[in-house]
Amino acid sequence: MGQWAGYLQLILEGALVTIKLTLMGSLLALIMAFIAGLGRISRFWPARALATAYIEFFRGTSIFVQLFWAYFVLPLLGFSLTPLQAGVLALGLNVGAYGAEVVRGAIKSIGREQYEACIALNFNRWQSLRHIILPQAFVLMLPTFGNNAIELLKASAVVSLISLSDMTFQAQVVRAQTGSTLIPFLTILVLYFLMSSVISASIRGLERYLTRGLDGVRS
Amino acid sequence: MEWDWAFVVEILPTLVEGVKITILATLLGSVLAALIGLGLAILRRSKNVFVSKPVGFLADFIRGTPLLVQLYFIFYVLPDAGITLSPLVAGVIGLGLHYGTYTAEVYRGGIDNVARGQWEAARACNLSAFQTWTRIILPQALPPMIPALANYFIAMFKETPLLSAITVLELMNQARSIANYNYRYIEPITLVGAFFLVISLVSVIALRWLERRYGRIEER
Repeated sequence: MGQWAGYLQLILEGALVTIKLTLMGSLLALIMAFIAGLGRISRFWPARALATAYIEFFRGTSIFVQLFWAYFVLPLLGFSLTPLQAGVLALGLNVGAYGAEVVRGAIKSIGREQYEACIALNFNRWQSLRHIILPQAFVLMLPTFGNNAIELLKASAVVSLISLSDMTFQAQVVRAQTGSTLIPFLTILVLYFLMSSVISASIRGLERYLTRGLDGVRS
Repeated sequence: MEWDWAFVVEILPTLVEGVKITILATLLGSVLAALIGLGLAILRRSKNVFVSKPVGFLADFIRGTPLLVQLYFIFYVLPDAGITLSPLVAGVIGLGLHYGTYTAEVYRGGIDNVARGQWEAARACNLSAFQTWTRIILPQALPPMIPALANYFIAMFKETPLLSAITVLELMNQARSIANYNYRYIEPITLVGAFFLVISLVSVIALRWLERRYGRIEER
């Protein structure tokens, strides 16, 4: 029994790495999603072209390939990254590309009359975006952002293959040391499921908080 | 390190071998995901709570956990229970099961979009449950789902590199073994990336066509 406690601790240490990766990756993804999403609807064509290229590139190649590229090829080009940095970079940029489409879709779905009201109030583009459009669009983005964060959590298991000691990696270590396969893998499956449940519950909570007092105002 | 075209030409045949396995795994996985998704969607609609609830929980559980860990589970844990699978079979089952939980949601949306009157008409015509599904509901529900299903199959295609973790010799695994053997990463990994990018750009165009042909599910 005492032996299992030691192995459990090993897996929990890995869980900490997974959580760290997910949080940092999500933060990068959120920033990239807004930059690229706003770039997609920019008035300037270079910004649109750049954002489209970024989105198509990162959505078109798989996360696994991007991670390997970041970890093995970038050092050859002169950028050395630690496994954690490579993991956060690949996860954040990949999920950010998916998020960018969410940002664009949500902003596009705000009704014309809101834009007309902004003009009527003599708001400039930044003011109307900041005070009128984004607060409404953000609520629409939240559920999909939640799903994207869960996708990021799940994709983070891939970092175990570039020798970053996340939860999946530690489960492999436990498997190698004990020869037991069922217990470590079942443990991490349950832990991953708990984490994704926490993400979806907190997104639902945030959504309720942001839409308080809006009942009946919007459909 | 410089890009070496001679090396690219040298490794291409090996990569093509990997591409074949990648495509095979995607096709088999797609068929399995389409079938599993349909099964899950129908079971989840069951009136019996002891069927619909556990199936719903199972689907949520599979969707909430990483495909990589599920692949490990199928490949390493099932042999303890006496079920030994070849790497490719384990990989296809993993892909099918994982994406089946996604396609189940597509089916659910498509089935919910069939008007209530159709169910009532089927009952009025005294059709059995099986006849209702195969003759009335699915023929109407399936075509609008095709673009959304295709979308998940493309996503699955991009996840196939994960199969290299359970020793399937698909594209990524071939590239990695070339890279490790020659200690040159830049060409193999970049080529794999380029290959996936080209295929997915082409598939985006195909998807647009499917959407025009069959319509989007959410717009109905």
